[in-house]
Amino acid sequence: MNDYLSGLGALLQQYDVLGAFWTNIQLTFWGALIALALGTLLALMRISPIASLRWAGATYVSVFRNTPLTIIMTFMVMGVWTALQIQLADNFEDNFFRLAVVGLAVYHAAFVCEAIRSGVNTVPLGQAEAARAIGLSFLPAARLIILPQAFRGATAPLGNTLIALLKNSTVAAAASVSWETSSTMKTMIEFNPNYLWEIFAVFAIGYVILVIPIGLLTTWLSQRLAVKR
Amino acid sequence: MDQSTSTTGQPAADNTVDAPTSDRALGAPLVELKSVNKHFGALHVLQDIDLTVRKGEVLVVIGPSGSGKSTLCRAINRLETIDDGTITVDGKTLPEEGKALAQLRAEVGMVFQSFNLFAHKTVLDNVTLGPRKVRGLSKKDAEEQARKLLDRVGVGNQAGKMPAQLSGGQQQRVAIARALAMQPKVMLFDEPTSALDPEMVNEVLDAMVALAQEGMTMIVVTHEMGFARKAADRVVFMADGQIVEEAQPEEFFTAPKSERARDFLSKILTH
Repeated sequence: MNDYLSGLGALLQQYDVLGAFWTNIQLTFWGALIALALGTLLALMRISPIASLRWAGATYVSVFRNTPLTIIMTFMVMGVWTALQIQLADNFEDNFFRLAVVGLAVYHAAFVCEAIRSGVNTVPLGQAEAARAIGLSFLPAARLIILPQAFRGATAPLGNTLIALLKNSTVAAAASVSWETSSTMKTMIEFNPNYLWEIFAVFAIGYVILVIPIGLLTTWLSQRLAVKR
Repeated sequence: MDQSTSTTGQPAADNTVDAPTSDRALGAPLVELKSVNKHFGALHVLQDIDLTVRKGEVLVVIGPSGSGKSTLCRAINRLETIDDGTITVDGKTLPEEGKALAQLRAEVGMVFQSFNLFAHKTVLDNVTLGPRKVRGLSKKDAEEQARKLLDRVGVGNQAGKMPAQLSGGQQQRVAIARALAMQPKVMLFDEPTSALDPEMVNEVLDAMVALAQEGMTMIVVTHEMGFARKAADRVVFMADGQIVEEAQPEEFFTAPKSERARDFLSKILTH
C-alpha cells in the first residue's frame, strides 16, 4: 500500500500536471478573448442591414460550426504553418501555442456569434425601432442599445460556449501543443499503465473543478444581469 | 400660434383646458404624402394615400384595426418602407437609408404604443441618449434639457429609475420627453394610450394636449375622441388602406359623412 501511494506521488511529481492545466487555462483565456471579439463582429454582420455582410457572416458560421475542431487544429499546423509558412512566433512552443489559440478562436467564434444572436432575439424589436426613431444609425444603435441588452440575454449560452472551449482546448494536442493536459495524460498512461484509473481520475476531476465554477458563475450572472422589462 | 378660444360648442368630458381646435393659423406644409402605396404580401395596406400636414397642425388618424393607420404613421419616419409614392418632411424627400435617413428621423419624434424605452438605461439616460449621441450635446447640457422635459411631462422625480420601475403612464410620458429632446419638427404618436390601464390614459393625453397647445405639429393615431375634440385640427378616418373621410373633429364625430365612418363610430360609441 505504501509502495502504491508513494509510486503515485512520484508519478505526479515527475509530470507537470498543474502546468498542463495552466496551459489549457491560457489556451482558453486567449481563445475566448479572440472568439468573443470575432463572434461579436460576426453577430453584427448577421444582423446588419447589408445583405452581403449577412451572407458572409452566415457562411462563416456554417463553415466553422460544421468543421470538426481536430481538423481545424491539424490544418493550423499542416496548412497554415507548414504549407503557408505563416509563423506566429519565433519560439517553437509559442508558435504552436498561438496557432492553437487561433484555431480555437475561429472555431468557437461561430458559436459565440450564435449565442449573441440568441441574445439579440431576447431584445424586443421596439428597442431597435426606438433607437432608429431618435436618429441612431445601425452601428450606434447596435453598440448603445441592442448589443448591451443582447449580451445580458446571452450570458448563459456564452457561458456554455466557454465551458465547451475549455474542454475543447485539449484538442490543442492536434496542433502540437504537447504539454497540455490530454497529451500529458496520454504520456503518463503510456509509461505508467498500472496507474491507468488514477491518472484518468486526476485529469477528469481537474476539469470538473474548473468547469463547475464557470457554470455556477454564468447562471448567477445571467439572473443578475437580466434586463427587467 | 393662435391661442384664440375654441369655436366648437361641445366640450369633451372632464375638460381641464380650453383648447383651440379648428381655427389655428397653420403654417406651410410640413409632412406631405403623395400617392403612397404599400403592400404586405397580397394585402394592399396603403392605397394611394395623399395627405398634407401643415406646420402646427394636430392631425388625428382614426379607423378600425387593420385599416393601415399605424402603417401610415410608421411610414412617415420610414420604420415601414413604402412601395411607391413620395413622402416629404419639411420639403425633403425621405432618404432610403444611411446617415441621411438617420438625420431625418432625428427631426421626427416618435411615440410608440408599447413605449419602447431603452430597458437597460435609466429614465434620464433614455432622454439624454439621442441629444448626446446624435446631436452632440455635452452630458451637462443634455441632462439639463432632459430634466426640464421630464418636469414638463410630470415625471421629473423619476429621473434615476429604470423604465421597468415606472407605471405605463409614466413610461409613456418619459417616451414623449425622449422624443421631444431631439427638438423634432413633427411628432408621431402611434396609438400612445392603447397599451395603458384606463386610469393612466389621461395623464398621457394631458401631456399631449399641452404639447398641441404649444404649437407642436402632431400626427396622432388614436381612438381617444376626447383628445381629438380637445386638441385636433383635423380628423382623418381610414378604412381598408384608404382615407375615407377628412373633417374637423366635431363635424366628424357628430355628423360623419361616410357610411363606413358612421358604422365605425356607432361601434365604438355605443357601450
